[in-house]
Amino acid sequence: MPDVLAVPIEHQFDDATQQREAATMGMWLFIATEILLFGGMFLGYTAYRHAYPSAFAEASRHTLIAFGGTNTAVLLISSTVMAFAVRAASQNRRKLLGLLLFVTASLGVLFLVIKGLEYAHEINEHLLPGRAFHIDAADPQHAELFFYIYWLMTGVHALHVTIGVVLITFFAFRAWFRDAFRNHDTPIELLGLYWHFVDIVWVFLFPLIYMIDRHS
Amino acid sequence: MTTATLQAAPQPRPLTKPTYLADGKTIRSWLLTTDHKRIAILYMISITLFFFIGGAAATMMRLELLTPQGDLVTSETYNKLFTIHGVVMVWFFLIPSIPTVLGNFLVPLMIGARDVAFPKLNLASWYLFMAGGAFAVFSIITGGVDTGWTFYTPYSSTYANGHVIAMATGIFIAGFGSIATGLNFIVTIHKMRAPGLTWFRLPMFIWTIYTTSLILVLATPVLAITLTLMALERAFGVGIFNPAMGGDPLLFQHLFWFYSHPAVYIMILPGMGVVSELIPCFARKQMFGYRFVAYATVAIGVFGFLVWGHHMFVSSQSIYAGMIFSILSFAVSVPSAIKVFNWTATLYKGSIRFQTPMLYALGFVGLFTIGGLTGLFLACLAVDVHVHDTYFVIAHFHYIMVGGMVMGYLGGLHFWWPKITGRLYPERLAKLSAVTIFLGFNLTFFPQFILGYLGMPRRYPVYAPEFQVLNVFSTAGASILAVGYVLPLAYLLWSLRWGRVAGPNPWQATGLEWTTSSPPPTDNFEKTPIVTEGPYAYDAQAAEAELEAGHA
Amino acid sequence: MNEPSARTYLFTGIALLAFLGLTIAAAYVNLGPLNTGVAMAISFAKGALIVLFFMHIRYSKPILWVFVGAGFFWLGIMLVLAMSDYMSRGWN
Ligand SMILES: [Cu+2]
Repeated sequence: MPDVLAVPIEHQFDDATQQREAATMGMWLFIATEILLFGGMFLGYTAYRHAYPSAFAEASRHTLIAFGGTNTAVLLISSTVMAFAVRAASQNRRKLLGLLLFVTASLGVLFLVIKGLEYAHEINEHLLPGRAFHIDAADPQHAELFFYIYWLMTGVHALHVTIGVVLITFFAFRAWFRDAFRNHDTPIELLGLYWHFVDIVWVFLFPLIYMIDRHS
Repeated sequence: MTTATLQAAPQPRPLTKPTYLADGKTIRSWLLTTDHKRIAILYMISITLFFFIGGAAATMMRLELLTPQGDLVTSETYNKLFTIHGVVMVWFFLIPSIPTVLGNFLVPLMIGARDVAFPKLNLASWYLFMAGGAFAVFSIITGGVDTGWTFYTPYSSTYANGHVIAMATGIFIAGFGSIATGLNFIVTIHKMRAPGLTWFRLPMFIWTIYTTSLILVLATPVLAITLTLMALERAFGVGIFNPAMGGDPLLFQHLFWFYSHPAVYIMILPGMGVVSELIPCFARKQMFGYRFVAYATVAIGVFGFLVWGHHMFVSSQSIYAGMIFSILSFAVSVPSAIKVFNWTATLYKGSIRFQTPMLYALGFVGLFTIGGLTGLFLACLAVDVHVHDTYFVIAHFHYIMVGGMVMGYLGGLHFWWPKITGRLYPERLAKLSAVTIFLGFNLTFFPQFILGYLGMPRRYPVYAPEFQVLNVFSTAGASILAVGYVLPLAYLLWSLRWGRVAGPNPWQATGLEWTTSSPPPTDNFEKTPIVTEGPYAYDAQAAEAELEAGHA
Repeated sequence: MNEPSARTYLFTGIALLAFLGLTIAAAYVNLGPLNTGVAMAISFAKGALIVLFFMHIRYSKPILWVFVGAGFFWLGIMLVLAMSDYMSRGWN
């Protein structure tokens, strides 16, 4: 009996299924808005790369592919762990859920640390656009444009990762100490959707930023 | 806890439940409400305030334009006035108007739900809207912005004085309120419909709100990122749009109009929805071609995303892209024309009653048609080169926005006023003001078509003396229009106290919202309604007989 | 709701990492203008794996497929029409 009452149904809904489906649908719509939010920046990238292909290729070769590649692996693994966390939540395994969420959040932090080191390196190399910007390239002005877009897109992405890490940590505590998601795993599922989306954005950013004409 | 018990055990309820207005009288009960009907009232009050701020700026402009010289305000002030007018009217009145006021009030009622899917998010939307409004008002009070509502770069990001960033922040925040509202409506319409209420039994108003929400959700984030980039460029010299730094100002225009053209449909579709409710009710007829109107609604929403380049014909956009956008713009007029055709066909052989909401609906159809047809002139690449940035454009979009959306909003407000407040407004005064608005509107904006055709450019306080006569007509019309707008404010407030009690269904209208009491109880319905037929089940013959009996 | 098994998650994760290796390897092979196309195709494959399995779309109602598609479709509208301008600017 307590199992049934554990899911509080808000007054506007008829039953738990309706409530759950509404929440999931809302999250997917939110993800659609996020796609278009990033989409505006992807358009900027596409237009300028089309206009200045060689400047972009040259600038791209100044990025650190080892850092970018490692970070991609970190996020992909964190996404996999998150998928298992959602599974643990639906099976009401609170300790496992808490643990997996902690692992996911730690991988998120690792991502941010690596990204931070990369940023630090780039600032040292004068690759942060502005007065101090300097690059040995045939077309430094448009190479700088590449770095504007690079900092902007990775910055907005890192902001999303940070928000995700904070939320995941918070949920991990709630799962571990309060058992807050027993029979009520919708919040974890939505959290998972958000984290996977952040992963997908990086999956597209990675080749676009680090790998323009790497072979030459 | 309480919500769970409410659900779990259907306890015997008291027979007369308090109306949503009586359910809590404190300020706190309003500011922390999650009831969609109360949130609608909060929005109604807020957007009315913004309407009068935007209207005040317009009044100043029209006064300045009374004479060819720039004698009332300086050019700089004039720039700020049209910016304030544009920003406030677009983002703080037109876009929220019907969706957040009538939409919030009616969507759950029309689909037989107790509330929207996410009531707390709904309240949060209002707070976001107000926070955005606070930034905008701050920016206006501390000196204003002179970029125009479009914030074109590099002027806005590099050269303009004033509080561009504060204004953009306001729009950014309010935009997230819009996104949340749209998301809420989409989920509500998908998940909360009463048993038996299939998609093709939905009132057309719901179809239009659904499509509007789709645009809000898919277009507004692009505006958010665009304004962010513009603000970053202004604050930190990020050179995405700045040609001096290798950027392309046209990228800003592409991104901005990717949002702002569909935003036109955010502003007009809900008005079409209202009119689609009013015309069958006051013609006492089924809607002609219901399914086509529904498909046309969605088609307008989708095609609306394909035409934004028609705002950039005389920028340095490629001529080939211009041709594509021109052709696509012609295409989007087809579903709009289907709607006008269907409204007209619904009127045909109807037993029409000319009550106030119907006057507004008929005004809408006429003015929208003029606005839409002149839009075709502008969609035509070659003609646009001639009339671009003239008063022709101003007249065109005011026929859509004011002639369309504001008429739709007022028509809807009058129609559902008895439902919202439980009181009837004074009919004769209301008819008088509807006619005043129609006449004032045409006197204000029709001369502007001619002015634009003759070549008077927009956005200048000074103009050639030969344009004065038409400008005086326009300003005279604007003062009539102003009277027309103040009148409803006065008598609607009056009716709250002294209006006749309306009863549940004063118009003998169909639709679930009319089956509950006026004003509705907090939970909307005594018990969840079950729907067994399509919308607009009006009996034309009974109406005819009734009309004859009345006249005899 | 039928959920994917632990094995599915594991295989998806491994496939994603394999694709990552493939992207990096492909970047160092000169395919001419195809390099970007290959990289994007792999990214789409990765994205599809995440959406279908990790985000459970494969097991969801059709309406969610529509919403996912709508986000990408609208992004496509933006890219195609805006690029139609950028790509035809030099044609005169
Ligand atoms: Cu347009």
